[in-house]
Amino acid sequence: MHSILIIVFLPLIAAIVAGFTNKSAPSVFAKAITTGALFIGAALSWPIFLGFVGGTYEPTVVPVLKWVQSGTLTFDWALRVDTLTAIMLVVINTVSALVHLYSWGYMDEDPDQPRFFAYLSLFTFAMLMLVTADNLVQMFFGWEGVGLASYLLIGFWFRKPSAGAAAIKAFVVNRVGDLGFMLGIFGTYLVFDTVSISEILAAAPGMSGATIGFLGYTVQTMDVLCILLFIGAMGKSAQLGLHTWLPDAMEGPTPVSALIHAATMVTAGVFMVCRLSPMFEAAPVALGMVTFVGAATCIFAATVGTTQWDIKRVIAYSTCSQLGYMFFAAGVGAYGAAMFHLFTHAFFKALLFLGAGSVIHAMHHEQDMRYYGALRKHIPLTFWAMMAGTLAITGVGIYHLGAGFAGFWSKDAILEVAYGRGTELGNFAFWMGTFAALLTSFYSWRLMFLTFWGKPRWAESEHIQHAVHHGHDASDEHNPASQEDAGHDAHHPVPSKDYEAGTAGYHPHESPLTMLIPLVILSVGAVLAGQVFAPTFLDDAAFWGSSIFYNEPLIHAMHGVPYLVKYAAFIVMLLGLLVAWYAYIKDTSVPAKAAEQLGPVYRFLYNKWYFDELYHYLFVVPAFWLGRQFWKLGDVGTIDRFGPNGVAWVVEKGAVGAKRFQTGYLYSYALVMLLGLVAAITWVLF
Amino acid sequence: MEFPILSLMLAVPLVGAIACLFLGAQSARMVALVATLANLALGVVLWLNYDIGGAQWQFVERAEIFAGFSYALGIDGIALMLIMLSVFLMPICILASWDSITKRVGEYMSAFLLMEVLMIGVFAAQDMFLFYIFFEAGLIPMYLIIGVWGGDNRIYASYKFFLYTLLGSVLMLIAMMWMVNEAGTTDIPTLLNYDFDPQAQTWLWLAFFASFAVKMPMWPVHTWLPDAHVQAPTAGSVILAGVLLKLGGYGFIRFSLPMFPEASAQFTWLVFILSMIAVIYTSLVALVQNDMKKLIAYSSVAHMAIVTAGLFAFNAQGLEGAMMVMLGHGLVSGALFLCVGVIYDRLHTREIARYGGLAINMPKYALFFMLFTMASVGLPGTSNFVGEFLALAGLYKVSTLVTLVCTTGIILGAAYMLYLYRRVAFGEQVNEDAARMPDLNAREWAMLAPIAAAVLWMGVYPESFLAPMRQDIAALEARIARAAPHFDADNVIGTPREHNANYVAAAHGEEGAH
Repeated sequence: MHSILIIVFLPLIAAIVAGFTNKSAPSVFAKAITTGALFIGAALSWPIFLGFVGGTYEPTVVPVLKWVQSGTLTFDWALRVDTLTAIMLVVINTVSALVHLYSWGYMDEDPDQPRFFAYLSLFTFAMLMLVTADNLVQMFFGWEGVGLASYLLIGFWFRKPSAGAAAIKAFVVNRVGDLGFMLGIFGTYLVFDTVSISEILAAAPGMSGATIGFLGYTVQTMDVLCILLFIGAMGKSAQLGLHTWLPDAMEGPTPVSALIHAATMVTAGVFMVCRLSPMFEAAPVALGMVTFVGAATCIFAATVGTTQWDIKRVIAYSTCSQLGYMFFAAGVGAYGAAMFHLFTHAFFKALLFLGAGSVIHAMHHEQDMRYYGALRKHIPLTFWAMMAGTLAITGVGIYHLGAGFAGFWSKDAILEVAYGRGTELGNFAFWMGTFAALLTSFYSWRLMFLTFWGKPRWAESEHIQHAVHHGHDASDEHNPASQEDAGHDAHHPVPSKDYEAGTAGYHPHESPLTMLIPLVILSVGAVLAGQVFAPTFLDDAAFWGSSIFYNEPLIHAMHGVPYLVKYAAFIVMLLGLLVAWYAYIKDTSVPAKAAEQLGPVYRFLYNKWYFDELYHYLFVVPAFWLGRQFWKLGDVGTIDRFGPNGVAWVVEKGAVGAKRFQTGYLYSYALVMLLGLVAAITWVLF
Repeated sequence: MEFPILSLMLAVPLVGAIACLFLGAQSARMVALVATLANLALGVVLWLNYDIGGAQWQFVERAEIFAGFSYALGIDGIALMLIMLSVFLMPICILASWDSITKRVGEYMSAFLLMEVLMIGVFAAQDMFLFYIFFEAGLIPMYLIIGVWGGDNRIYASYKFFLYTLLGSVLMLIAMMWMVNEAGTTDIPTLLNYDFDPQAQTWLWLAFFASFAVKMPMWPVHTWLPDAHVQAPTAGSVILAGVLLKLGGYGFIRFSLPMFPEASAQFTWLVFILSMIAVIYTSLVALVQNDMKKLIAYSSVAHMAIVTAGLFAFNAQGLEGAMMVMLGHGLVSGALFLCVGVIYDRLHTREIARYGGLAINMPKYALFFMLFTMASVGLPGTSNFVGEFLALAGLYKVSTLVTLVCTTGIILGAAYMLYLYRRVAFGEQVNEDAARMPDLNAREWAMLAPIAAAVLWMGVYPESFLAPMRQDIAALEARIARAAPHFDADNVIGTPREHNANYVAAAHGEEGAH
């Protein structure tokens, strides 16, 4: 039996077992079974990945079961393992295993733990189905499966109205993308007469000059197909326009944000574009769109990230922005660089989220950075882990030393390749990316400074006050309204009067070992993943094989860019650091003054460019209004009024009498039918 | 002649129906359950003995009654699948009525069993007039179920139901008489290959359409459905949504398309436009409903629009997809009505706002409800996905515009179903009586679990269901191919470009040169 079968289906089995023993077994059973399954999966994934790195592993497809056969439209369940899949396998299984472990600590006091772990494992299964797909429909299965798991996990604390709303939003906005994906699959099937990915990719270059009808227009076949598929990717990867669900998705527990909304699911769109790269290379307009949307998202999300106060939302916008980098890398043809950033990003962003979770855990579920400060000494391990993550995401590294944190290697490669591509759109992406790197540095250091430096500002936090005053209140555990707080530590010290100013007598505590171990492991990844794997991901054509479109001349162009370009990211990183240091450590009155002076701009950014409001009035309100009109004016006011009710009225006026009509209809109907039959038979006979 | 299994499947519930009339409540329930389970067992035997790839019509029985008109039964794969759906849902309906029906139990069970006879008869009939009797008579027990055991406004609902169906029936009967006169036979297999004059086809098609569009129901003749569902008892809704709504689709696939291919092609756009309106219109109406049953009823209209659109795509994917949507919708909407019934039995209201937070006190129920919600939304891995995907894929070959509009159903469907689920199962327990409701009991579990299993089976391994129909769909596709409309997504292969999109000349300094 191929190990991929175990890797993919073990999480599913674990999820089912954990789900069905929800109430009947101690929760440690479900936790152990799911976490164990994921560690086995991770242990089996790394040899596959390293086998591809070492060039000893051959791509293979493992058939599982027949799925659908309808005319020429056939697709089966099968697991494909090639370089691209192997990368995703280690990313998914490693992060998922660590998140499972982390959740032992983070979710420790939640009454619904088996359900949580079952969802996490179910998610992992769906994600693995997505990346091992050998045809577009199985990819869509995984695509929707992760959407379901995301929905369930965002809404995990389903008692909170905001969680329920965020869950629906995530699902429905993703469905808008799925509309594109589905139409893309239909079109692809129409053109290639198959949905098998390998067959499509083989035939794609030959189709690059073809034209096709779409909505009454004649357009370039490959462009329209790739744009439709890319709309799907935009939804899943929260790209500009379809990004609104991602920040709201932070309603889910923090481990979920780390696994699904940072490291794995949201990168599915990037994976899809890379998987179909030979197809996109036959579609210049679509690739232009990918580049543009990626660059626009990367700058948009970074600007919003600079103004948010919620620690998780800052990281969420950061994720959105980093996904933008991956997309424009793919758009200019550097699929290897896109996948490399996906790979490094998974480690450092999962680290940042889990670190933020550890901070939130320490701060009694307070997420607003305005109430943090001075946490450096209280939770030192979390601090150093977050530091590693921040150094990685801001891209600290020096080109001439050949040394840097993970993000340095992948982000610089993306900026260089965008510049090296030499087109206008490439330059646009380069400048947007560089500016976004400045903002990335600013908001990342802002987060660090607000959280770990300065004076404690905890006293005004409701959560902290709650903890201090009601820390020992037993009824608190069972108060449904505070389910968000379900994970908090009940053993708080009795407040004493001689506490430090601003702390309200609260003592943040470092997280348990189950949470710290994942932080340490991911820190190692955030520090080393770039250094170790850069040559493989960027320069090794043999490593990629035929799993992506590997553009060798473009990589040469990338290495040939001027030094200023190579240092651009580092310079703007320093700049961002400097500004953040000045505003949040040197003179802390600066941010408020700046916000006041830049009033409208600040409000525009703080309100996330008003996308939510726009969509609310553009789609949600009209949909409900139309629904009511169709119902009251259409069905009741018109169809029924002139239809059945009108007939009844006529009948009544015709003095037949409604009463008689209503009591006799069954018999009269039967009579009509019988008479009709008699007439028919008579007609046939004579 | 082989063993008359189809007649036996008609006889078992018929005997049960008669017996129930003379029995007390508890024994009537038992008799009904035993009879429907026996029929389910016969259905399994039927399926296992169905020879896939064998003769088109199998298990044929024929007894001449008098000139032309005969008692003729026989099934193909399409009919087989719909019979399976009927016999599968029937015992579940009996279970669903076990406690909730307390008055005139014998008559109620009798009506259900009679309906089973007539439904199987519709799908198995090979004589046009026999079909007509089953087709129309099948509605009589339904009128009774709504009118006698229904809700407060049952008279209005059954009146509406009656009025709509009457109009279509009369026209269809007249058309049938004309056809029998013209072709000189009432034998459906013969008529399937009879080429009517295209001019006449137009009128015949419209007459049949009047009947099938109402049964489907298509917009704008759908307004009887929400009222009928709301007033019907739970089991009535299950059968209405699960099987009776499939009569329209079955009619299109058995009569309209193969008998009048030219007229079908001629009216393709009528069907498409009505389907497109239905998807958008009824989905939006579903979004604003406060009554659970009405919401699901409107969602049924939207799903059935995918069926009609798929049927008129004139290709294998569209037809097979339409059939799969019918089967999947039969299971899923039936299950959703059962889910409503479960909580209706406890609180006696269908108003969504009276519930909330049920995931807290009814976790098992919440799990089933979630599964069926997701199936209704068309999540891959469930029955409805396979159908919708195939139907829309087939439709894309005919019209990208219609596909685009119909595919928006997946967005709107997610919106109204998840909004419903959120209001019922998520949130705090705001209503004390709803918060006290117990979770599923064994009987309810036994109703929902088999459907859940079938929904997943159909989603993961639909081959079991597609295989028996494949040959019949292919025959139908071949039959209507001559009239198939031309598609708008015409792919013209041109000269491939010399370079890939991100081509960069190999030497340094020449980036971007083409």
